[in-house]
Amino acid sequence: MTAEENIWKLLEEVPDPEIPVISIIDLGVVRTVTVNNDEVVIEITSTYSGCPATDVFIADIQSKLQENDFRNVEVKMKFSPAWTTDWLTENARIKLREYGIAPPEDELDKSVLFAKQVVVPCPRCSSKNTKLKSQFGSTACKSLYQCNDCHEPFDYFKCLK
Amino acid sequence: MENKEALVNYCLRIGDSSLVLAQRLAEWCSNGPMLEEDIALTNISLDLFGQSRMLYNYIAELNGKGETEDSIAFGRNERAFYNVLLSERPNGHFGDTIVRGLLVDAFNFHFYTQLQNSKNETLAAFAEKSLKEVTYHLRHSSEWVVRLGDGTEESKEKVQASLNDLWKYTDDLFEMNEDDIVLVADGIAIDLTAIKPLWLETVTSVVKRATLTLPENGYMHKGSRKAVHSEYLGHLLCDMQYLQRAYPDAKW
Ligand SMILES: [Zn+2]
Repeated sequence: MTAEENIWKLLEEVPDPEIPVISIIDLGVVRTVTVNNDEVVIEITSTYSGCPATDVFIADIQSKLQENDFRNVEVKMKFSPAWTTDWLTENARIKLREYGIAPPEDELDKSVLFAKQVVVPCPRCSSKNTKLKSQFGSTACKSLYQCNDCHEPFDYFKCLK
Repeated sequence: MENKEALVNYCLRIGDSSLVLAQRLAEWCSNGPMLEEDIALTNISLDLFGQSRMLYNYIAELNGKGETEDSIAFGRNERAFYNVLLSERPNGHFGDTIVRGLLVDAFNFHFYTQLQNSKNETLAAFAEKSLKEVTYHLRHSSEWVVRLGDGTEESKEKVQASLNDLWKYTDDLFEMNEDDIVLVADGIAIDLTAIKPLWLETVTSVVKRATLTLPENGYMHKGSRKAVHSEYLGHLLCDMQYLQRAYPDAKW
């Protein structure tokens, strides 16, 4: 295994600080890993500009790699191309649903104003009879829905493209 | 790099507008009319803080004088802030905040759409990212304007008054100065006169749907391009900068 491959594997063990069931690899924020002699450079793209988790996972990446004898690690922010929910892995979508968070749906109505709301199935009972309670949920990446059948409120990992 | 000073000023304009509005929206934290809106307004605030950080870091890099995002945010007085006047308007009641949101979000939406084509790669990448966030902000504010405007007699009367009051600060959004002219010629900045009709079209469609009336263009307040502000900015900065001023270089 090359050093790069080793690092990609180690990063799979770094959880998203806000949704700990998925890793930062599942989240799709790690863009490149480059190793030059002893120097490791990792490029990451944050999900939302103000996401407070970003600073946390930069620190977590550092400590994970330090523990594994990579002492010279630089984590760089890469702004372009911007992060999109298309970068979530299939694994992430499954784990999100199991955790009670509806994964992003393709939002077909592209109109900015008064777009028709996307149907988001309830992660608990799979009912499609759900309604948007608020476009902004517990973190920047989520909105708040409620199931009209089982009545449970749930988070929806909103589509960002 | 050519025209570095103009570029720095241009970034300050965008970054300061985001920072000041973010600080205003943060004042809603724990004061929202309901939990969902408390969370929505502070989430929008967080996006805007993030956007200003990106630009302040870029400015620090451009200047190369050892500045940091924090020294730029906390180390300047009001006469060195170039935020648009709308961003410093007090929150007022929820309807005032929502209408201010619509006017700014519609501007940001069209501005970032165009800025994605900037020849400056950092600004183009910044715009691409910000646009995704601002699109959600615009949906949020426009849906609320409709809900309040086409709501009860009282809510309609209140948001119409908010719109009439805030309208006076809208021309300031489109103010351009020598920096813009230099940077527009280089394909870096956006010609704001081209943004205005797009902005007006978006705002008009929301206002119509909300059964409100578009205000007449009367006296317009301007001055943010010269860092001339209303009395509200100083108070806002006092609050925001207090800790860093009282305990310079304090760290978490
Ligand atoms: Zn359900």
